[in-house]
Amino acid sequence: MDSADTDWDGVRLHVVTGKGGTGKTTVAAALALALASGGHKVLLVEVEGRQGIAQIFDLPPLPYEERRIAVAPSGGDVYALAIDPEEAMLEYMEMFYGMRRAGRALTKMGVVDFATTVAPGFRDVLVTGKTTEAVRRRGKDGKRVYDAVVLDAPPTGRITRFLNVTQEVAGLAKVGPIKNHSDLVHGVVKSPETAVHFVTLLEEMPVQETLDGIAEVRTAGLATGGIFINMVRESLLPQATLDAAAQGRFDIGDLALGLKSAGLADGADATSLAEGLAEEIVEHARRTELEQQERESLGEAALPRYELPLLTDGVDLAGLYELAESIRTQGAA
Amino acid sequence: MKKPAVLDIDAILDDRGTRIIVCCGAGGVGKTTTAAALGLRAAERGRCVVVLTVDPARRLAQSMGLTELDNTPRLISESDGGGQLFAMMLDMKRTFDEIIEAHADPERARQILSNPFYQSLSSSFSGTQEYMAMEKLGQLRRSNEWDLIIVDTPPSRSALDFLDAPERLGRFLDGRFIRLLTAPAKAGGRSAFRLLNAGFGIVAGAMTKLLGAQVLTDLQTFVSALDAVFGGFRQRAELTYKLLQAPGTAFVVVAAPERDAMREASYFVERLAEERMPLAGLVVNRVHESPAATLSGVRSAAAAEDLAAKGEHELTAAVLRLHTGRMQLAAREHREQEHFVSAHPTVPVAQVAAMAEDVHDLEGLRRIGELLANAPG
Repeated sequence: MDSADTDWDGVRLHVVTGKGGTGKTTVAAALALALASGGHKVLLVEVEGRQGIAQIFDLPPLPYEERRIAVAPSGGDVYALAIDPEEAMLEYMEMFYGMRRAGRALTKMGVVDFATTVAPGFRDVLVTGKTTEAVRRRGKDGKRVYDAVVLDAPPTGRITRFLNVTQEVAGLAKVGPIKNHSDLVHGVVKSPETAVHFVTLLEEMPVQETLDGIAEVRTAGLATGGIFINMVRESLLPQATLDAAAQGRFDIGDLALGLKSAGLADGADATSLAEGLAEEIVEHARRTELEQQERESLGEAALPRYELPLLTDGVDLAGLYELAESIRTQGAA
Repeated sequence: MKKPAVLDIDAILDDRGTRIIVCCGAGGVGKTTTAAALGLRAAERGRCVVVLTVDPARRLAQSMGLTELDNTPRLISESDGGGQLFAMMLDMKRTFDEIIEAHADPERARQILSNPFYQSLSSSFSGTQEYMAMEKLGQLRRSNEWDLIIVDTPPSRSALDFLDAPERLGRFLDGRFIRLLTAPAKAGGRSAFRLLNAGFGIVAGAMTKLLGAQVLTDLQTFVSALDAVFGGFRQRAELTYKLLQAPGTAFVVVAAPERDAMREASYFVERLAEERMPLAGLVVNRVHESPAATLSGVRSAAAAEDLAAKGEHELTAAVLRLHTGRMQLAAREHREQEHFVSAHPTVPVAQVAAMAEDVHDLEGLRRIGELLANAPG
């Protein structure tokens, strides 16, 4: 598929957020793979110090440097970077002010620790600053070094504050380089090159949080991306059967006959097994019905939606490629 | 899997010696719901309970019959046995402001509350929520109005932040940087940097260059103003910390049967042991079991194939495929828990079956409470 065919053509910074437990990091990683495929170069950035990327790609903990971690289907590279706010601050000071000595002194005095933990606005500026620098970076040939950057961002509850750096920092630093820097970051974040994607499950709480998050991001004037519905279970039953089962109606007799025919059980055994299975089906049907309601709620946001299958064996490297493929076929990358 | 001991929830709730239950664990595993369900169950067994939550989920408030929760405990329900359930949601800024107002003279309090650094610290410092949860817990405990306090911990970056917050705030206050910033003010010097050594000169220069002079002035005002109330802060943080170590406290680690959540649970159990915090056990939420577990996933899949090949009983084949998926899921969840149990064989466990629907009302919370109390280990 040509990159011009995707839904997010022109977007260079993909911010991936979601409620805890929805598989935000997994989706970010799969999206990076999908964006890289076909010979592109993509940077996957992690900011929360969890080393989640390393775990998913089954690698030792990542250092604070950009390194290649995966090759995408049909060529293309995924690089990863785990941003450490302290390191980012030192690098930043050296890069912009040549203050290596002062940087070390600051570290020793706990200033860096202070600035990066006590004033989270500063930390967010450093992290988003490093990320947007990678987005803007150009090689000797004048072309962008990365075709896309995927940011495994903080959870939905914090995302707007995290991205809205100017506002956060404005209260603290009214003038000076940090202020200028945050303005620069803001320029990238607010541009059409950035989109905020939401990862959710088809459950009430994550869906509600996603809708709240989308509203918040919109109010802040940031560009919304797509909704990635993660861990979707396919339903193998006909809709009529599901509808009846959701009402608690399911024909056990017919099922028992089927079990008998399959050689699984006989007589009373077949009936009791059928009862157990029927209980499963009723539960499944009720959940499917609720999931459908959640899908409809998500529709209110009027954003492109992508459904990613539940990987029954858990997320491993093969599963990640499967998700990446799914993202590509649905046109998200 | 070696069978772990079963976590006896009712024994903990009924023990009048249990004064504090802390629910901790990774984000998104149902900590808050577990805390609320434990609270309701305890109240219905005659305890006077307050649930302190840090989760701003409206749904939880609604499930307890309130439009929203705030910083004041609200009565949720009363039971025939004299038990009562109260609930509140931590407002960290409000709690912080109250501490400042209570411990600084009005002029100083005004200075602090209007300082931009205070506003940043009180509303978004990553440790503030944890710290204020501890502070609130201490306040509730000292008030002695409730005989059981149940608290859920903030959804932090790391589950450990809860334990680290007081120490971190302490480290911040004790840091050389802070001491340097406060020193001139204490010495009564007009110029903040006049008395300082060359090393700090570099730092101050760098700070000014980076942040602008206004920031440094604000910071200094903030630190020296707050300095006056800091002693009390740390002291109370230490008291609360000791309270958590005391025998009246029970830590309940909450997890879901998924890799990350179980890993975090392991981490937490080890950390609690290190800190000599009393661990009651592990609650594993959203466990998928099958009511037809006698039929293995493999056999079920083979039978489905068989039926499909014969071209009959299409529906049964679909049911069998679904069953296979369910058994695979159950097996995976089982494996994730196995890692935990083999690493921590002495930790009692309670499994709570996944429910089709989220909790909407007290009835739902009651059901969770029943599942918790009658849970298989």
